[in-house]
Amino acid sequence: MSQILVEERSVIIPGEVLAEGMDYLPGDNTYRENDKIYSKVLGLASVSGRVLKITALAGPYVPKVEDKIICQVTDILMSGWRVNTNTAYSAVLNVKDATQRYIKKEEDLSKILAIGDYVVVKITQVTSQNLIDVTMKLPGLRKIEGGRIIKINCQKVPRVIGKKASMISLIKEKTGCDITVGQNGLIWIKGNPEGEFKAEQAIKMIEEKSHYEGLTVKVEEFLS
Amino acid sequence: MVYSERLDGRKIDELRPMEAKVGVVPSADGSASFKTGKTWAIAAIRGPRELFPRFLQNPKKGLLRCHYNMMPFSGSGERIRPGSSRRAQEISMVIMNALEPVVDLSAFPNAVVDVFVDLPQTDAGTRCAAITAAAMALAHAGIPMKDMISSVAVGQVDGTVLADLTYNEEAYDAIVSDIPVAVLHNSKEISLLQMDGEISKDDLIKALELAQTVSEKVYDVQIKALKDYYAKEEKQ
Repeated sequence: MSQILVEERSVIIPGEVLAEGMDYLPGDNTYRENDKIYSKVLGLASVSGRVLKITALAGPYVPKVEDKIICQVTDILMSGWRVNTNTAYSAVLNVKDATQRYIKKEEDLSKILAIGDYVVVKITQVTSQNLIDVTMKLPGLRKIEGGRIIKINCQKVPRVIGKKASMISLIKEKTGCDITVGQNGLIWIKGNPEGEFKAEQAIKMIEEKSHYEGLTVKVEEFLS
Repeated sequence: MVYSERLDGRKIDELRPMEAKVGVVPSADGSASFKTGKTWAIAAIRGPRELFPRFLQNPKKGLLRCHYNMMPFSGSGERIRPGSSRRAQEISMVIMNALEPVVDLSAFPNAVVDVFVDLPQTDAGTRCAAITAAAMALAHAGIPMKDMISSVAVGQVDGTVLADLTYNEEAYDAIVSDIPVAVLHNSKEISLLQMDGEISKDDLIKALELAQTVSEKVYDVQIKALKDYYAKEEKQ
């Protein structure tokens, strides 16, 4: 007889038994040993049909294709740049993914992007060894000029953006700043100095109080 | 004379009062503090991050690296010289070997997860407290783990098998042995087993059985600390 031993959306510790019997299937962040399914990370349990999975509550940013991230150029390669993704793995931005213009072979790449520059890029490819390719050729992707970059915990990014981007548009509207949120936890804020400062404080507040209910109201109070 | 009454009045299978907390180091990726009596360990996790020197990188899985450090005035005797020592290096390695069977770093090739354990105050059983704190901190950092790991010392003082020895008991003027043990919760496998002193075969078997039962108490404290941390977050 198979049965689930945990409640939906309860906090699960690594190694905790989720279900007994062969009727259930191990999903994300779980594994089966003999007839039991165990959790592999700290997170919230969720059951969908016969599949049991764990939504991680903590952990590093895992690069995914199509994610928009903010990176810093750390090195110039033969035909591209190495960028720091704020994870354990650096990414490569190829010349052909960086500009529309034809780049001659002997051209100095540091004229286009220098070491230390920040860029908004999208991930195009991730391999099993976590080699990452990024592109800067899609709309909204570019080199960052002016403003400030702040770093937050990547798990809090969805809260900073909010449902249907409600939170981030609220901050943009109230402070008059341009804000770009990278999935890797880097955020670019550009506007007038007071607005930038206010936006930074608001984002830090969201990061700290991400688990509070009615956070949008609190942020609105803070900004007005 | 038989050692029938313990120096601090505990029962033979009673552990010192334990206290655990998660998320004590804000700048780390995961952290935990674990106190048992006067022994206090703080563990902080950094990573997964790029691993240097490069020859240590393993393209098949990430590396777990441990750093054990007793603070200068943490002991009961003289000031401990800061920095690494032969003893600290050995215990770092022992902690790494104890944690390795549960930590799954196959998703982080070429990277490293650093575990830093600092002990502000010590009264025997430091490597056990370090492993217990490190296991909680790893879970808090979101590192994939197959199982939870709890550690406790058992031993024998003048013929009596005991759990969780203090420094005074380790230094008791008789035949004494001190056996730090780390136990995986689900499989009950032992990933750390060391011994100092002398013990008979029968007593050793008895001591290891005792370790299995008392490590459950440590596990309960660990679980409670981790669950409370998130329960508190959800309520507000």
